[in-house]
Amino acid sequence: MSGRVSVLDDAAELRPRAVSGRAPDVFSREDCVPMAQFRDEEEVDFAIVGTGCGGGVLAAKLAEAGGSVVAFDAGPFFRPLADFASDEREQEKLYWLEERISDGENPIELGSNNSGRCVGGSTVHFQMVALRFRPEWFQARTKLGYGADWPVDWREMWRYYEEVEKACSISGPIRYPWGPKRGRYPYRAHEVNAAGLVLARGAEALGIDWAPTPLCTLSAPHGKSPPCVYRGMCKIGCSTNAKQSVLVTYIPRALAAGAEIRDLATVGRIETDRWGRATGVAYFREGRWRFQKARHVIVAGYSIETPRLLLNSHSARHPDGLANSSGLVGRHLMVHSNHAVWAEFDEEIRWYKGPPSMACCEHWNYADDDPTKDFDGGYAFMSQGPLPSDFATSIVTNSGEFGMDLRARMAKYNRMAGLKMVGETMPQADNRVTLSEGKDDLGLPRPRVTFGYCDNDKRLYAHALDFMGRMIEAAEGKNRFETEGTAHLMGGCRMGEDPKTSVVNADGRSWDVPNLWVCDGSLMPTGGGVNPSMTILANAARIADRMIAAGRRGEV
Amino acid sequence: MTDDRFDSPYPRYDVLEKWDTPSYNDQTREALAKRMDEVPPRRFFTAAEFTTLQAVCARVVPQPGRAAPVPIAPFIDSDLHAGRGTGTRYAAMPDDRTAWRQGMAAIDAEAKARHGSTFAELADAQQDSILSAINQGECAASGAWRDLPAQDFFRKLLLKWIVSVYYVHPAAMSEIGYGGPASPRGYVRLGPNEADPWEAPLSEKGARQ
Repeated sequence: MSGRVSVLDDAAELRPRAVSGRAPDVFSREDCVPMAQFRDEEEVDFAIVGTGCGGGVLAAKLAEAGGSVVAFDAGPFFRPLADFASDEREQEKLYWLEERISDGENPIELGSNNSGRCVGGSTVHFQMVALRFRPEWFQARTKLGYGADWPVDWREMWRYYEEVEKACSISGPIRYPWGPKRGRYPYRAHEVNAAGLVLARGAEALGIDWAPTPLCTLSAPHGKSPPCVYRGMCKIGCSTNAKQSVLVTYIPRALAAGAEIRDLATVGRIETDRWGRATGVAYFREGRWRFQKARHVIVAGYSIETPRLLLNSHSARHPDGLANSSGLVGRHLMVHSNHAVWAEFDEEIRWYKGPPSMACCEHWNYADDDPTKDFDGGYAFMSQGPLPSDFATSIVTNSGEFGMDLRARMAKYNRMAGLKMVGETMPQADNRVTLSEGKDDLGLPRPRVTFGYCDNDKRLYAHALDFMGRMIEAAEGKNRFETEGTAHLMGGCRMGEDPKTSVVNADGRSWDVPNLWVCDGSLMPTGGGVNPSMTILANAARIADRMIAAGRRGEV
Repeated sequence: MTDDRFDSPYPRYDVLEKWDTPSYNDQTREALAKRMDEVPPRRFFTAAEFTTLQAVCARVVPQPGRAAPVPIAPFIDSDLHAGRGTGTRYAAMPDDRTAWRQGMAAIDAEAKARHGSTFAELADAQQDSILSAINQGECAASGAWRDLPAQDFFRKLLLKWIVSVYYVHPAAMSEIGYGGPASPRGYVRLGPNEADPWEAPLSEKGARQ
């Protein structure tokens, strides 16, 4: 590296890197791998919008099945080893920071806690908690009396959890305390850090189960990735490639199988012909609008950008937006309530070491018969390890504390521990994404996100705050305080069995436009009480197989 | 907590001492060097607004006894000049740039309504009481805020932005005993009251455990 003036100058944010038949080799500091390249006027089998948990998996599996694939991402194509600094401010480049309007009774914060913007999507900054849905949640309406049923059998989903857990080398315990028996996780569990041991101590004091969190970071080498070194900066991007994000798992697979990835390429519209079929995508790259022809268009931009793109692709034939005859595009948006309790401890915890959530508790996802459970749905909670700026911002936005009081509180950073929930919210039609009047730099309407908690949501997080408070006290935490917030996005283009009550069918195929598909977290009819990444990955792996099978039957 | 002094639990610890060790990689050195060596010039705020902002920053993160206080206001100015987004525009608030301008004017208007002078000219205690009132949404010059919700502006934009600049500075990392940059070398000792040799030594309280 001698003689290099700047390592950050050749920024992935400034110029596309996947060009001229080459894409970044994510396992190197500056090398490339060969990449197929398709011409705009060449009708490819699949144009995929988004390269995260949905699009990344599809790009790999469809290309491996022989399809011609171009996958677009609005964000840059990073090489983590050279591009990722140990620095919270520098690494904000991983988040979707474009202006989006947040509205409603409880407007949500957008950005680092729910929206990535780079090849690999939000998995590049996610905190790697790799949990499965509870089986009954796939039939929440029928079996548990709330929300909506998924058009998918849980056993099928569980097979795909196994597939993606293997693909991401998930590390986890030999026996997981909740839910039906599952096989061993592919990699052994990590040593639980001091912050996780606080959760363990509290759980044991209250007499309930806890577990080392199944995590999407390596506990032993795999391929070109080294094991995790516990630097604790997962939320700002893993600079060693131990994290098995889509960027270092499915994207290399997709490239090797002949898919093309187009970075810094924003898709603005899906075009349709006079018969109402999708013909391809209009996208902006390198300073101009272009058009890629495609036999099939798959939208995988997550719960805000997917509805935004469909709504913006309106036409005379589809005046309310594409795939929207049900009027449900953008509706039933869900988040997870992400409230937390924090306390000080006598010992030094130093939660900055290791992945942020090394211990978890899913007790309240499986406690239907507990008389104190006064809400539908469930919640998990995990131990915490926020970096300094992240922790400070969460304190000030919640309490308004400032001055020497704030500095003194932050000086206790090394003796803090926290428990934070991932709480299910109900799918409500009026929690939704719409298009606002304002336009972004490309002239595309900015999305407006409207969110409000319902009474059940409020009972659920109140219950969690009370329970987590008791647990952290049982673990001998002092001077407890609470924060509120949200994480993750789910829903917005729900899948289902009825064209009147869903946007797409169980295969992700639009009811209205037969060659238009959706594959990302927006499909989720319910949100569940666990982090959604593994469910989105598993559902994408399932949909890929469904598409491939349909192709063999001549239906694609 | 006395108002005029801050005692770090780790008075002898400095994350910068690891600069030439495997805890730092090139890109981290570059990002931090830029932050410490290149304080951006004022380009967004007017001189008057900037004076108010500096005075506010000095009360949000007071740094008495520090010969060279960590600069905060220039980075906020630079972010707004560059149009660096936060991802969220609350529907009840104007866009970031408008909100900051209105907010600075409103804070000055609060100072004038209560004490007859600009915010920057007031004594520390007067400034603190104005900021505390705004934090509670209690405004003396409500007209000056126009469509800006005072408490939301104060917590979700102003305080958040200020602390997110301060707590990424090596001086702030050091004072709280945070390990700081950690790549390629991370950590080995993860248990309670355990520290690797390249971390802050356990504070006296921790070491006694």
